[in-house]
Amino acid sequence: MINRSLLLKLLSGLIVFGAWEIAGRVPISYAFPTFLESMAALARMTFDGTIFVAYGETLRPLVVGVAISAVFGIGIGLWIGLSKQFEWLFSPIFIVMQAAPLAALIPILVMIYGIGLTSKVFVVCIMAMPVIVLNTASAVRNTPVSLKEMATSFLAADRDVLLKIILPAASPVIFSGLRLGVSAGFIGAILSELKITPTGVGDIITYSRSIADYPSMYAAIFSIILLAVLFLNLLEKLENILFEGNNRGYVSD
Amino acid sequence: MSQIKPDARQAIPATDSAVSVRNVSKVYGDVQALKDLTLDFPRGELTSLLGPSGCGKTTLLKIIAGLLPATSGEVLINGRAVTGPGPDRSFVFQDFALMPWATVLRNVAFGLELRGVAKSEREAVAEKYIAAVGLAGFEQKYPHQLSGGMRQRVGLARALSVKAEVLLLDEPFSAVDEQTRRKFQEDMLELVQNEKKTFIFVTHSIEEAVYVSDQIAILLPRPSRVSEIIRPASFRDKGVANIRRDPEYLDIVDRIWASLRNYVE
Repeated sequence: MINRSLLLKLLSGLIVFGAWEIAGRVPISYAFPTFLESMAALARMTFDGTIFVAYGETLRPLVVGVAISAVFGIGIGLWIGLSKQFEWLFSPIFIVMQAAPLAALIPILVMIYGIGLTSKVFVVCIMAMPVIVLNTASAVRNTPVSLKEMATSFLAADRDVLLKIILPAASPVIFSGLRLGVSAGFIGAILSELKITPTGVGDIITYSRSIADYPSMYAAIFSIILLAVLFLNLLEKLENILFEGNNRGYVSD
Repeated sequence: MSQIKPDARQAIPATDSAVSVRNVSKVYGDVQALKDLTLDFPRGELTSLLGPSGCGKTTLLKIIAGLLPATSGEVLINGRAVTGPGPDRSFVFQDFALMPWATVLRNVAFGLELRGVAKSEREAVAEKYIAAVGLAGFEQKYPHQLSGGMRQRVGLARALSVKAEVLLLDEPFSAVDEQTRRKFQEDMLELVQNEKKTFIFVTHSIEEAVYVSDQIAILLPRPSRVSEIIRPASFRDKGVANIRRDPEYLDIVDRIWASLRNYVE
């Protein structure tokens, strides 16, 4: 069965990359390179080290922003989920943050925080935090009542209920919020490099477009997608290790 | 104003009560869930709370458990008033309330874990009760790998492992299939015999209540009150296989149905 799912994954990759190659060879546009050209560019950038230098730039706001969003996002989300007053106070902020068109806010951020790391971290946080907060809050609020009653009836202290019931019960939804938040964080990181100052991967994209080196541009885009997918898979693995019984859903439903 | 009519055929024996409910009322907003309810639960016996839906039987059970506060009146366990959940009571939930992320072993040991019992000790106790409910070999399984009946056995083992004197069961067999339920009911009788505990058993099944109970309290709604207490006398010692065709069993089932039928929508 594992072989079959691996086979299907390979097949789906083959179809997508095959279509890309054909579309590049037709070509559908002068600015659209073939898959093999893009991979060659990626290999070139990997071997001369430019891609690593670029990721050194890009990952800094991304990692800092995602870490801040995860820690504060889960913390604030827990608090919102546990307290009605706190929900009234804070929930609107995150709903507005989630709905706001980020690109329109970037000039304001640049005015306040300049063009350095701070602004970029902010962009990543604005993208990543709301979904983490809102998912955590709703997961906490939807903890099965009977599980909380069970813990209380077996003499659990409030701390036990939070750590041994509410958090593990909410973990699938918290993790799906984290996954969405992390992928939004990737968007934010690239967006900030395209909109604030071209550095890192954003710089490769912008620069190679301006000199019409489309294979390099597509290679950079491809690499960031690949990194995001790998990171999300890693997160899913972590969740499965932490809460083994959870990945088959609730038994009491 | 006595709401309890002793069964004419047998006087209530002078055993002491493990649990006494004294003039308990419960009001939710403007809904009166329980009104001035008084009831005794004899030690070492199984008492059923039986009634149509909405008669407040689960509310009463949760008040006894200390999960809900009573609006007025009090619940005494061995003479001491209940103020919250306590080590003298344990609860079996209708929907099992098992932690899906924990193994059977951890689920069963959870009550002891919350009490701060050391891991090796609590797992030894849990293993003993897992075997007692017939789930030996399933210790490392997760709840989703078990059938409904097996899940409730886990819930039962968890309640037994904390060694509480009073076991509170909230419609424990309503979510399992008919055949499993019959097996459970037979096992219940054995459990009441072997464990020196007081059982309070909420059910909406008349047959189930008559089958397993030493004493049946019939609750009627609007306003909720104890309308009758029935103590089956003769068929308890005739063996599990003969109870269902005993004339007294059938009489009591009929009698209860006659008094409940007007309250069924």
